[in-house]
Amino acid sequence: MSEPVSTPGGYLDAASTEPLHPAAREILLEALDRGWGDPARLYGEGRRARLLLDNAREVVAAVVGARPDELSFTASGTQAVHLGVLGGLAGRVRTGRHLTVSAVEHSCVLQAARLHERSRGTVTTVPVDRLGRVDPLTYGEVLTGRPDTALACLQAANHEVGTVQPVAEVAAACTDAGVPLLVDAAQALGRVAVPEGWSVLTASAHKWGGPAGVGVLAVRRSVRWRSPLPEDERGGGRVPGFEDVPGALAGAAALRARVEESAELAARQSALVDRIRARVPELVPDVEVLGDPEWRLPHLVTFSCLYVDGEALVTELDRAGFAVSSGSSCTASTLEPSHVLAAMGVLTHGNVRVSLTRDTSEADVERFLGVLPGVVARIRSLSGVEGL
Amino acid sequence: MNGGAGAGDFAAEAELELDCRGMRCPLPVIQLARRVGEVPVDGVVLVLADDPAAAADVPAWCRMRGHDYLGVAAAPDGTPSYGVRRRS
Repeated sequence: MSEPVSTPGGYLDAASTEPLHPAAREILLEALDRGWGDPARLYGEGRRARLLLDNAREVVAAVVGARPDELSFTASGTQAVHLGVLGGLAGRVRTGRHLTVSAVEHSCVLQAARLHERSRGTVTTVPVDRLGRVDPLTYGEVLTGRPDTALACLQAANHEVGTVQPVAEVAAACTDAGVPLLVDAAQALGRVAVPEGWSVLTASAHKWGGPAGVGVLAVRRSVRWRSPLPEDERGGGRVPGFEDVPGALAGAAALRARVEESAELAARQSALVDRIRARVPELVPDVEVLGDPEWRLPHLVTFSCLYVDGEALVTELDRAGFAVSSGSSCTASTLEPSHVLAAMGVLTHGNVRVSLTRDTSEADVERFLGVLPGVVARIRSLSGVEGL
Repeated sequence: MNGGAGAGDFAAEAELELDCRGMRCPLPVIQLARRVGEVPVDGVVLVLADDPAAAADVPAWCRMRGHDYLGVAAAPDGTPSYGVRRRS
């Protein structure tokens, strides 16, 4: 239990997971005491759990713009995506077995696509530009060219570089083509407005300050969706198994709190990210700041340092008291570089993703900016690449 | 990724071939940066690299340093061979 962690304010990896929101903590503890019953049962304890679960569903449904009966809680964001993709494909198998995804989706979307291919389905990957954004016209042309398309997927915003996708335009193209659109809103929900036009929406509570183990799957009633798993009556027939009622309620409480504070928080975080985007290239030679400078998530920025091993950066920054993530995988077991950075045509090595939590202060960002140049210079000096 | 018809023609022009097989990122790009000056301006360097990151990093390095990325061909043993034309 005494594993050293980042210094206070040094945790800059909210895009991996945000610490539990204070509004969720009390609700979680209370719900553990009150919401342990089986929500499928008709006696008092069951009815009480059902009431809490329905309440959680109503709160989250209102935020994403769904009817409560369109929304279920899953065991994770990944599970929500897997069920959303595979169920969306299964429901429209008469139309065809083609799936369209963007090149920069989260790996859980791409892994579901791979499974679909192994089941003799086909997949088209829509490319992105240097900023990591799909072109809605290209996306539309891909849909028109494949009348056997059963489902299209597009993230609300990219998890590695923060670029916000043109979901509304792609949704319009999907409507024209008669294809349902799955929107992975894991990085966006609670931070920016939920894009309109989705047919299936997925998200994950721990990304917005709810507990881990709570995902969100919303499926429009108008969408033909069929569970890829054995039948189960729970989760509205979409998600098997006994729901985590306290987790769902705490997740809903965190989401409500996030939405209430999102305008103020987004403005503050966006200004801090602007500062990082401007200062890092001044402080560190040979750095490329990635993603769209304007149309982006408020809290996330990624940059790549030439000639530097990304994992060395993560390790050295950890030593200096900062927790960041890297899309580089120079020594990772897979050796495969980030598919997002590769699709953008940018450096895949020396990558650092900084994502601010709701508690990250201006002083924390300044401290990070103070430490970073020395860390990069030290790694470059050790490998003798200065001035290259 | 491949330049289509004529891709790989740059290999015949190459004045320097860097064997970066077995090297992990960012080492192939570091090798390229160290040695690109050994060919004259407009000269071609080949980078043999089996690290999958090189496919993204060699073109990105060329863009950042103002050199031309010529594409990828396969070396006789199948290793990807990336072509770079020195521009400055």
